[in-house]
Amino acid sequence: MADELKCACRTRLASGFELDAELCLPLDRAPITVLFGASGAGKTTLLRMLAGLDTPQKGAIAFRGQVWFDSARRIALAPQARRAGYVSQDYALFPHLTVAANVAYGALPGTAQDYLTTFEVSALADRYPRALSGGQRQRVALARALAAEPALLLLDEPLSALDAAARARTRRQLRSLLLASGVPCLLVTHDRMEALTLGDWIAVMSNGRVLQCGPVQDVFQHPADAGVAESIGVENVLPATVVGRDGGLLTVQTGAAQLQSVDGGETGAVVACIRAEDIAIARDGGRASSMRNRVAGRVVSVALEGPLARVELDCGFPLVAVITAQSAHELTLQTGETVCAIVKTTAVHLAGGAG
Amino acid sequence: MDWQAIWLSVRLSVSTTVILLALGIPLAAWLAFSRRRWKFLVEAVVALPLVLPPTVLGFYILLAIGPRSPLGALYGKLTGGMLPFSFQGLLLASVLYSLPFTVQPVAAAFASVDRGLVETSWCLGVSRAATFRRIVMPLARRGIATGAILSFAHTMGEFGVVLMVGGNIAGVTRTVSISIYDQVQALDYAAANKTSLFLVGLSFLVLALTYGYQRRGWTVWPMS
Repeated sequence: MADELKCACRTRLASGFELDAELCLPLDRAPITVLFGASGAGKTTLLRMLAGLDTPQKGAIAFRGQVWFDSARRIALAPQARRAGYVSQDYALFPHLTVAANVAYGALPGTAQDYLTTFEVSALADRYPRALSGGQRQRVALARALAAEPALLLLDEPLSALDAAARARTRRQLRSLLLASGVPCLLVTHDRMEALTLGDWIAVMSNGRVLQCGPVQDVFQHPADAGVAESIGVENVLPATVVGRDGGLLTVQTGAAQLQSVDGGETGAVVACIRAEDIAIARDGGRASSMRNRVAGRVVSVALEGPLARVELDCGFPLVAVITAQSAHELTLQTGETVCAIVKTTAVHLAGGAG
Repeated sequence: MDWQAIWLSVRLSVSTTVILLALGIPLAAWLAFSRRRWKFLVEAVVALPLVLPPTVLGFYILLAIGPRSPLGALYGKLTGGMLPFSFQGLLLASVLYSLPFTVQPVAAAFASVDRGLVETSWCLGVSRAATFRRIVMPLARRGIATGAILSFAHTMGEFGVVLMVGGNIAGVTRTVSISIYDQVQALDYAAANKTSLFLVGLSFLVLALTYGYQRRGWTVWPMS
């Protein structure tokens, strides 16, 4: 029995949207998979098909060797038989039931209390959903889904209903809660920080197709093609380690270089994400500027793209910068020469490192 | 005041409401959730009593339950009695006549239950029947209450169908509205006025209780 989720589904919706998605997730190696893509890519549709709420026109779905759906053999398991805990974007808490009754809804008798405690909602047990904040609702929805002891957890944009501050806080918490539950999880998001922080694996979707599927950092560093690179929308994803913390700033080591970033509470191994537009290039080492991060690198290539120039540097790790074509011309950049890449502290985004 | 007629009307209305809830809830659920294309035909049939004159409805019910019809013959064989001009016949007619008053509000309430809640329940491993009982029914309780009250009130006040199917037999088929009609015919305006006032008061009380129950708190807007 292969410990994996296999899915190959094809369907055409009434709107004309076509979904043709293939997916194979190794559940033992990657407990949390992120289904990533822009809105309209078909992520929610695919998630609903896995849950058994929508039926593909053609294809097959198998979970840990158990056939959930097979159009050729006319098998289509009901949602109840699949035991895939589906948490929709709006959490869908039952408005006429208290928090305690919501969590106990699909659970075996007497088991709900543990989940109320784990998800820190015991104090809210007698409240009704309308009296909860967004973050509380999310925890109740997760507790309810896990209390039903699902075989697989399907989360549709679990953080999108939260405000920005709560989202950053919850992101780290969510990963440890999901890992502790021991239930494999497929999570939809269109936010790359969420993808990097929450996921072990990532499946990048665009226009109803799965473009690439693999470990998150691999996919971000080596997008299979331009489509994936465009979908994930960040050019520089660098593995790094937190080495220092001082006055609200973090120092991370990546290759031979050290970068500074705003302290978001990360520790240990992280990934540093820098958009190509946020990197400037200087000749004299950029000493006379407010920029804190200066990294020396060799110019590998300069490619003109209309008014912009895409400069690839080798700083011990690859770094891509986009500057104006005019600047590139004035700097007279030559391949092979050494320049200095400068990045503002606030442009270095750290992901992962939540333990 | 004709207490006998009032008591008969109350008995008829309560029985009609109970039967209509038992029949109307499954029918409303089917109308709300079925994806059959010919569903609109059933909807039209259910709504017919709203637009038909009570005499037309009463006439056909009378024909359908008469001793020469298959239904009437079967009933005669089983019970030895006759449906026309009996309480049972009246009950059958009332159920048909008030059907849309139960089915339409209940079906509307079922249809307005968020589909996402139902799907979430399925994904939590709860069967379709149990989901209906634990999610759909409680969330549609206001619609069900409205349907029951409307059916009760509608049966209390029915006249044409009763006269066609039940006639005017004291203690058996003389309902309160027929009693008032009799009193007016006999030029006993004082008695008619007393009975009518009683009906107005009762109707107001029932409706006031309904709206009081349906209101959550005492907000003015939004009324949800």
